[in-house]
Amino acid sequence: MDSLTKDKKNKDKSSFEKEDYKYGFHDPDNSVYKSERGLSEEVVRNISKMKDEPQWMLDFRLNALAIFLKKPMPNWGDVESLHNIKFDDIFYFVKSTEKQGRNWDEVPEDIKNTFDKLGIPEAEQKFLGGVTAQYESEVVYHSIREDLEKLGVLFTDMDTALKIHPEIVKKYFATIIPPNDNKFAALNSAAWSGGSFIYVPPDTDVAIPLQAYFRINTENMGQFERTLIIADKNSKVHYIEGCTAPTYTSDSLHSAVVELIALEGATIRYSTIQNWSTNVYNLVTKRAVAEKNARVEWVDGNIGSKLTMKYPAIYLNGEGAHGEVLSIAYAGKNQHQDAGSKIVHAAPNTTSNILSKSLSKAGGHSSYRGLVKVHAGAYGSRTNVQCDALMLDDKSRSDTYPYMEIEEENGVKVHHEATVSKVDDDMLFYLMSRGISEDEAKGMVINGFIEPFTKELPMEYAVELNRLIQLEMEGAIG
Amino acid sequence: MSENVLLEITNLHAEYVNNQEDNESIKILNGINLVIEQGKTHAIMGPNGSGKSTLSAVLMGHPAYKITEGEIRFKNPESGQLESILELEPHERARLGMFLSFQSPVSIPGLPVSLFLRNSLKNIRGKDIPVREFRKELKENLSALEMNPELTKRYLNEGFSGGEKKRMEILQLSLIKPALAILDEIDSGLDIDALRQVSNGINRLVDANRSFVLITHYKRLLEYVKPDKVHILSKGRIIKEGGNELVETLEKDGYEAFVKAAEVA
Repeated sequence: MDSLTKDKKNKDKSSFEKEDYKYGFHDPDNSVYKSERGLSEEVVRNISKMKDEPQWMLDFRLNALAIFLKKPMPNWGDVESLHNIKFDDIFYFVKSTEKQGRNWDEVPEDIKNTFDKLGIPEAEQKFLGGVTAQYESEVVYHSIREDLEKLGVLFTDMDTALKIHPEIVKKYFATIIPPNDNKFAALNSAAWSGGSFIYVPPDTDVAIPLQAYFRINTENMGQFERTLIIADKNSKVHYIEGCTAPTYTSDSLHSAVVELIALEGATIRYSTIQNWSTNVYNLVTKRAVAEKNARVEWVDGNIGSKLTMKYPAIYLNGEGAHGEVLSIAYAGKNQHQDAGSKIVHAAPNTTSNILSKSLSKAGGHSSYRGLVKVHAGAYGSRTNVQCDALMLDDKSRSDTYPYMEIEEENGVKVHHEATVSKVDDDMLFYLMSRGISEDEAKGMVINGFIEPFTKELPMEYAVELNRLIQLEMEGAIG
Repeated sequence: MSENVLLEITNLHAEYVNNQEDNESIKILNGINLVIEQGKTHAIMGPNGSGKSTLSAVLMGHPAYKITEGEIRFKNPESGQLESILELEPHERARLGMFLSFQSPVSIPGLPVSLFLRNSLKNIRGKDIPVREFRKELKENLSALEMNPELTKRYLNEGFSGGEKKRMEILQLSLIKPALAILDEIDSGLDIDALRQVSNGINRLVDANRSFVLITHYKRLLEYVKPDKVHILSKGRIIKEGGNELVETLEKDGYEAFVKAAEVA
């Protein structure tokens, strides 16, 4: 009886969301192969076989599967929601087309339609360096502009990288996030498919941002992409990933693993805006290492999903390394954004900066969960943590869990500041006295609140984000 | 005469709602009667706590004030008729042609001045303004007000000095060009040069179709901007009205004399 009632509730909710969700369209399911629900040794062997992988990767997957099955769920974060995930109901591998599209003409029509709705070709014209568009579990369209090739930059999907650059993949793969790191990293390691691979040679500055688009399009399908970015000595690269997902009647699981390696003097910026529909569990492990004088920046925006648990991490392993985590989280009705960051100062004179902005509306729940650790010997290290929460009504919730573990005193500076505020009536009155309606005024105040984040995004992302916020505010009427 | 009336305030009583849950409130306006004609400049003077700022906030529709009695009517630019504005939201009043310059304008972090101004004008004029046109208009007004164009690249009033905030108000006034400009202590916190610039900015806009309500403590603003009528406010009531000569009397005798005379009467 209980479960019947609950199912009905879920159905009502999803049918409402389907109308509500802007990107809630989906194309007919034309997948060539569909694995069975649930994860087993057989499914894992099948994935590996279909991809024609080397033995070491199959062994890696099987080992990860064993860890996944043994490892308990995290006992922190949104424990209740985590236990609602039904691992046995999920498809772990879906192949959308037989082979990769080399150029735009080869991409199937319905997939193009989806991309059209997302505006991808236009974005490409403007400043794409190369496109790795992940449609379901595999890359269907992939291009690298000639200038990138000339630079010697490798930018492919992860499956291709394993085939054509096996030595680089084997050298770095899972070195930052081993399968036993956490249950979801183990799950991803067993079932991973797609994702991006980037290698930037020494002394190379990739002036244009590299982008990838991801999309879940099969009901009940988990997506486990795996991204690995290596910036060799004194190189520089900016990678951008943005997501939208269609709305479905049952929960989807998205559990990516992203590893960044910035070698001596290198700079990596990784920008994401995720706007999953509100039935998606988004449980992502993102981690970076920065060697001597290297710089890593995570720019991370979480707008959608039912539950997001994501804490981009940076290990400052070399002297003078610098890490930045800029994030925003927006939690609307029935949403929980549990996001934050982790920075480990493991070498002298390392610096870090965390700026987290969260918005809660209509009963939404946003949490900042962050750890800054300064190891003994990391003298002269400095860190600055700023968390700002903006509540849009009285029923919403915001929590802050800042952890600091400081083992070194010599020259170490730690600064932490947290604020919780509401949209100020006097600000609204001021804007309204200038002819601006209340909803538009709210949108302007909120966009101002997240401006320190937005200004770090490329123009079209910033514009889209501002528009999304404005749409959300207009939906708040009544 | 009534054809020329722009704003008509009748027996206005208002209170400040201190705590909405407990219904605690403080009575501030106690029966204001005031008529503003088109093209006229009025000065409202009065001691601290007399209700000057409340009057301006109430006219613009601030939600913290409750009107318990009385009426405010404003000339609708389309019908040409005086219509009650009590039910209108602040942005609707602004779109009818009312403008309020704040005594202490708020700052809005992260909101670029130029974006704010363009959105405001779009709403006031009811149509989008092409970027190039907007830039040209902005540039002309900045130079007329002797303002640093860099200010428009910053976030609204964030880190602005008192004088810069006041000039930002005048910049908005000159872009919006309202039928009625209520300027609440536009002269406070200004040095002599800034006062001259702000006053010049106001005088540029004085014409037969625009009315001003200048709310001030002191006569120095009124030396630059000459009022047609002066009203003295005390305890939420207008206790004396007259021409420009009232300013001189006030400067000589102080508010106290007027307040006492009103009490005797």
